[in-house]
Amino acid sequence: MERILFRHVDVPEINQLDVYVAHDGYSALRRAVTEMEPQDVTKVVSDSGLAGRGGAGFPTGRKWSFIPKGVLPTYLVINADESEPGAFKDRELMERNPHQLLEGVALASYAIGCRQAFIYIRGEFLYIGEILDQAIADANAGGYLGNNIFGSGFNIDVVVHRGAGAYICGEESALLDSLEGLRGFPRLRPPFPAVKGLYQQPTVINNVETISNVPHIVRRGADWYRSFGTEKSPGTKVCSISGPVNRPGNYEMELGTRFRVLLEECAGGMRDGKQLKAYIPGGASAAMLPNTPETIDVPMSYEGYMSVGSALGSASFIIIPDDVCILRAQLRISEFFAHESCGKCIPCREGTPWLAKTVRRIERGEGREEDLPLLLDISDNILGRSFCALGDFSTSNIVASVKYFYEEYEQHILEGACPYEKRAAAVA
Amino acid sequence: MAVLTNDAIQQIKDISARYPQSRSALLPALHIAQNELGWVSREAMEEVASALAIDPDQVEEVATFYTMFYTEPVGTYVLEVCKTLPCSILGSDEITDHISSKLGIKPGETTSDGMFTLFRVECLAACHRAPVLQVNHRYYQDLTPEKIDALIDVARQAQLQAAGAPGFGIRKTWSETVGRSEKSCE
Repeated sequence: MERILFRHVDVPEINQLDVYVAHDGYSALRRAVTEMEPQDVTKVVSDSGLAGRGGAGFPTGRKWSFIPKGVLPTYLVINADESEPGAFKDRELMERNPHQLLEGVALASYAIGCRQAFIYIRGEFLYIGEILDQAIADANAGGYLGNNIFGSGFNIDVVVHRGAGAYICGEESALLDSLEGLRGFPRLRPPFPAVKGLYQQPTVINNVETISNVPHIVRRGADWYRSFGTEKSPGTKVCSISGPVNRPGNYEMELGTRFRVLLEECAGGMRDGKQLKAYIPGGASAAMLPNTPETIDVPMSYEGYMSVGSALGSASFIIIPDDVCILRAQLRISEFFAHESCGKCIPCREGTPWLAKTVRRIERGEGREEDLPLLLDISDNILGRSFCALGDFSTSNIVASVKYFYEEYEQHILEGACPYEKRAAAVA
Repeated sequence: MAVLTNDAIQQIKDISARYPQSRSALLPALHIAQNELGWVSREAMEEVASALAIDPDQVEEVATFYTMFYTEPVGTYVLEVCKTLPCSILGSDEITDHISSKLGIKPGETTSDGMFTLFRVECLAACHRAPVLQVNHRYYQDLTPEKIDALIDVARQAQLQAAGAPGFGIRKTWSETVGRSEKSCE
């Protein structure tokens, strides 16, 4: 397959402006601002079937089309808060090809009529902020960003904004509060950000990978883009794979490729003689799947993972080997959500630490028989009753691990101890 | 007496001018304050508040929400080891234990000479290079106990080189001279 987003693998210096330009860089932007109307840009993106790559998978062109006409100013905000456990794709996209993102930012800004765009990156990405600042300065100096781009009269000011450590800020409305200098609390919807977003103005929020696709779609067309992937999930997806495999990393794949290809061909299979016990396809928010012939041959698409009761999400594949206690793995997931709950709503604020506490108790061999129904009961009282999706996500793996590894839970409770070697497993 | 330099206050004001509403510059302003002082004291929050023309309690409310801001003093080098699932599967707990026993501190503590603070943090988005940690918000990846030993030695050498540069000054010396954080994501 031709690499689209990952051209930096074939063109090592493409992070430099001159190399990027020499490889058709900013040609889509030039054509858009000099020959196309803003709505034509939205149309080609809609026609391509591009969907949000941050996890939710919402159609990008439709999101842009919700921006009301004539309500100014509008804003574009790029979600580069990449904080889902197992996700590290936007990091590579920004580090290795910053101008691809910036060209996409300018194109999306032109489409929705905004004059200022913000890239909200997680605070720990200090060095990537520096890379982006330099790329923006270079692009401004070269006339690719800034004022009167290609003599068209179109102006775009791009600002990199560093967060400061809060998973919740990847939730788009919490991200907006954070960008306004507040605690990152999710907002009640409606109104949706397209109507009242940043500073109560119409705002589009898109993920880094989503926007990085846009220059290619504008340059080569919707039909070309649809020639990759499946009918329901067109295009490619950057898949991150981590854990005890031979070549962990990011791989750009056609949507619909079977998971087996990612695990065995790209990542080189399991390492150190370990066996696959289970894997999580979409970061800690998506339900884990046990190692079965069916789950290994799932097509990696939004619909593919939905059909097996999980989610593709951000395509962040976490590999859990056979020597890891599933309760210890679950404990790390539950601790993550307990730590990251923002505290705004009670089901999530109180429920996520309760889940972690209960899993910890069982893992230590101090579990009670009633703890298993308790875990499911707490989950049931979080799911659908939380203010935002973070609460819901905290329950996915509780439900899945109890469902697929019931015997392992039972064994901990009945034997009053963890059956795994302490050092060979993830430690509690 | 002011705790932030005029230069820092000017930087905060310059950054706030880039936003439609100056309050948006609060996170960048707190990063500037922390970069200068090593942590964000109540006095620093008051000065940030004054530079952005907002209430000091609003600054405190935000500073205490985000885990990257230290609202209590920390060591010259802050070691933050990722504890989330992919890193823990590949041994981040052993890395934490190794640092703990080498420095004689538990997570959340600072060495008595004020040089090192150890924290366990959630996912740092570098799972393919697990286990990972950040030192003063720069990445160090594919960690082994040997790599940790070398890192701590480098930090101690930097302190010797920077003798006379009190406290937080060492950080700058270290990162400019001997500190080599890993920028490659592959």
